Amino acid sequence: MDISFDLLINAVVAGLLLGGFYAAVTAGVSISFGMLDIVNIAHPAFIILGSYIAYFININYGIDPILVSIIMLPVFFALGAFVYQVYYLSFERRGQESLRGLAFFFGLLFVTEVTLILVFGVDYRYVEATYIGPSLHLGMIDLPLRMLVPCLAALALFAAIELFITRTFTGRAIMAVSQDQLALQLMAADPIRIKRIAFGISIATAAVAGALLIVIQPVEPSVGREYIGRVFAICVLGGLGSMPGTLIAAVLLGVVESLTATFYGPSWAPAVAFGFLLLTLAFRPAGLMGR
Amino acid sequence: MTALLHVDNISKRFGGFVALDGIALEVEPGERLGLIGPNGSGKSTLVNCICGTLQNETGSVLFDGHVMDGLAAHERTHRGVARSFQLPRPFHSMTLADNLRIPLLYTVHARSGPLRSTGDLDARCHELLDMFGLAKKSKQMPRDLTQVEMRKLELARAMAAEPKLLIADESMAGLSYSEIEDILALLVRLNERGITIILIEHIMSAVMSFSQRLAVLVSGKKIADGKPEDVVRDPEVVRAYLGQ
Amino acid sequence: MNTLSFSVIATAVGLAVLAFAHWLGLDYFYFAGYTILQFIVLSTAWNILGGYCGYVNFGSAAFFAMGAYSSVFMHKFYPLPVPVLVVIGAVVSGIVGFGMGYLTLRLRGAFFAIATLAMAVVLQTLVINWEYVGGSRGAYIIRPENLEVAGLTINYIEYLFVLMLILAVVALATSRAIERSQLGFGFATIRDDELAAEACGVPTLRVKLIATTLSGAFMGMAGAPFPYYIGYLQPQSAFGLEYAVNSIAMPMIGGTTSWVGPLVGAILLGSAQQYATVTISSAVNLLIVGLMLVAFVIIAPNGLIGLVQEYLRRRQR
Repeated sequence: MDISFDLLINAVVAGLLLGGFYAAVTAGVSISFGMLDIVNIAHPAFIILGSYIAYFININYGIDPILVSIIMLPVFFALGAFVYQVYYLSFERRGQESLRGLAFFFGLLFVTEVTLILVFGVDYRYVEATYIGPSLHLGMIDLPLRMLVPCLAALALFAAIELFITRTFTGRAIMAVSQDQLALQLMAADPIRIKRIAFGISIATAAVAGALLIVIQPVEPSVGREYIGRVFAICVLGGLGSMPGTLIAAVLLGVVESLTATFYGPSWAPAVAFGFLLLTLAFRPAGLMGR
Repeated sequence: MTALLHVDNISKRFGGFVALDGIALEVEPGERLGLIGPNGSGKSTLVNCICGTLQNETGSVLFDGHVMDGLAAHERTHRGVARSFQLPRPFHSMTLADNLRIPLLYTVHARSGPLRSTGDLDARCHELLDMFGLAKKSKQMPRDLTQVEMRKLELARAMAAEPKLLIADESMAGLSYSEIEDILALLVRLNERGITIILIEHIMSAVMSFSQRLAVLVSGKKIADGKPEDVVRDPEVVRAYLGQ
Repeated sequence: MNTLSFSVIATAVGLAVLAFAHWLGLDYFYFAGYTILQFIVLSTAWNILGGYCGYVNFGSAAFFAMGAYSSVFMHKFYPLPVPVLVVIGAVVSGIVGFGMGYLTLRLRGAFFAIATLAMAVVLQTLVINWEYVGGSRGAYIIRPENLEVAGLTINYIEYLFVLMLILAVVALATSRAIERSQLGFGFATIRDDELAAEACGVPTLRVKLIATTLSGAFMGMAGAPFPYYIGYLQPQSAFGLEYAVNSIAMPMIGGTTSWVGPLVGAILLGSAQQYATVTISSAVNLLIVGLMLVAFVIIAPNGLIGLVQEYLRRRQR
């Protein structure tokens, strides 16, 4: 196989850009799974929901999709808080999170996907924006703006979350609740409220991730399923709850996927993430950064 | 006489935190050993390493002449080590009798000897429950038990595995004086049948009256090991408990 | 009632159903009935690992599809009668179940669940890229009109129906036998408290591996006749999400603590879906399944039989 250097470099660059985007997608799960220990496998469904909302408003009102997602942040935050409240009352409080909680989120994933199919159909949808189409050219490297802009936005989102977690009181309370819920209670902060806020933030990130997704690629309802594996693979590989680890793992996955798609064909790409996940779970469950 | 349990210089870390630092301990067959120490001193970690719930990183655990390192918890139970959990962990979807059936089926049967019939098993479960005063509740579920009954169930379940060594991990926390006397009497009776017992407790009166020998753990190290009267007068032990 | 008596009674019930089908003389009954029987096997299989042991398997479709694709493979490689394919399907999926269990059962239940999803996608991707069994274009298996056996001519779809009926009886009898056996107790301890189970001498890893292998084998068994039933097998349909959802929803709605739950769930939900697919649309019927799953999981964690048990318990007081 003739590996042209040109092709290789561009595949790596595309992978890096993709990886940045994956980091934003995973940030939400890093919070819900890494910190709150909630296996929200429906997270990709919320992302796709975000994509479709961005699509709908973009097509009908012409507003930039990323802007739409920022407007939708409070809505998704409220949605996340509501979902957590149901989850808490039904499962966490009764101590039955494992089987029932998983089935609950699986049901949500499924219901969301099927509802989207009923409302929008199975055709691919895409958005219109000024940066979809043109590319920057640096020598032999092509930087399509439809990937560059989401990557930058994703990194901004990621940095914002990291700052929030480490610098604000609520953010540090979230870290505390993940480590020692009882101690937090003794310090007169309501752990349930903190977890609700955290989960709300987690879902809010899905709004942005969804908009970025539909900028990068056309979307149809079952696309979410591919992301389940990617998101949890990155989470586990990066070490649960470690934001820097998540970023490294996301970029690594992006590059490997991109190389696989370029040289072996795109039909192999979904297996990369899931394969990573299985291998990591089997051999190094503590992830790259370890715990 | 060779020791029944020989903990040979074991260590265990959790990330950067050293939970056990070179613990060496010996327990003779038939002995009653008390193990005390402040919270966080590593008592539960030590129990977990002996029983196989955790694996020690350095050193060795020898039981009845066999090396235990690398063996899973259930294999150690088969060899004769049994423990009760600090926070009772009953099988909540089963009756009390069925809770005791599990060690009978999976440990006693696994060892060898003729397979007992269902009738025999039922009789044995009843006998054990009776010994612990729980016979009347044999068909009830763990959620219907009082605190002290749950503790007794924990001990009964550990006993059902017919162990040579029983480790009772803080079975008496939060119980009343008479309830403590109850459990202590039970443990002494078990010891009289030949079962070696390690009692981990905070309640000093219980530990003092029960133990033939006393070991003290502080911050992952064993700082004292000897006759109870001598150990409690040891200046280091006093300092660890009263502070300085 | 011991296992043998139960099997005899179940077979008698099955024969009664068959007689009814004969009398009805509608091919549609066989088609719809096959689907429901298939779901009985799938739900029962899922419940062995999910309900008895508490380990959620999201990749049921993969085990089912592996059974189906092993039939496709054998059809091209060396045609064999369908009952033999059932055994092969069971073995293949059983091995996959064992392998997956071995890789992931040392981890917490949540990781196991995610790993099952991962494995399903990996297997699907492998099959899509495997040209010999048709890849993404799919594979055709021409279903013969009739089966000639011992001088009798049987309508082929009726033959498949009977086969699936036998498999359903086997699955139900097995899961019921497990429930009452030492193994069943072992499963229950894993569901209740794995740490305590180990301390009591239960070899938890080995018991869990038995559960994943059995569960996988039964799902493969259910999948093996599928290509003959449907005629055209595509990865998207074989690995379809509706198998994953149904094999979870049916036991959870029916009740996970006993063999009756999956049976009840499969019959109720399966029939409802057949009805909905014909009258409304298949997408809407899946939506209803999903909503019911969420509703039941929140409101009635022990499913329909749990509700019945609760009602009977109240009546006794």
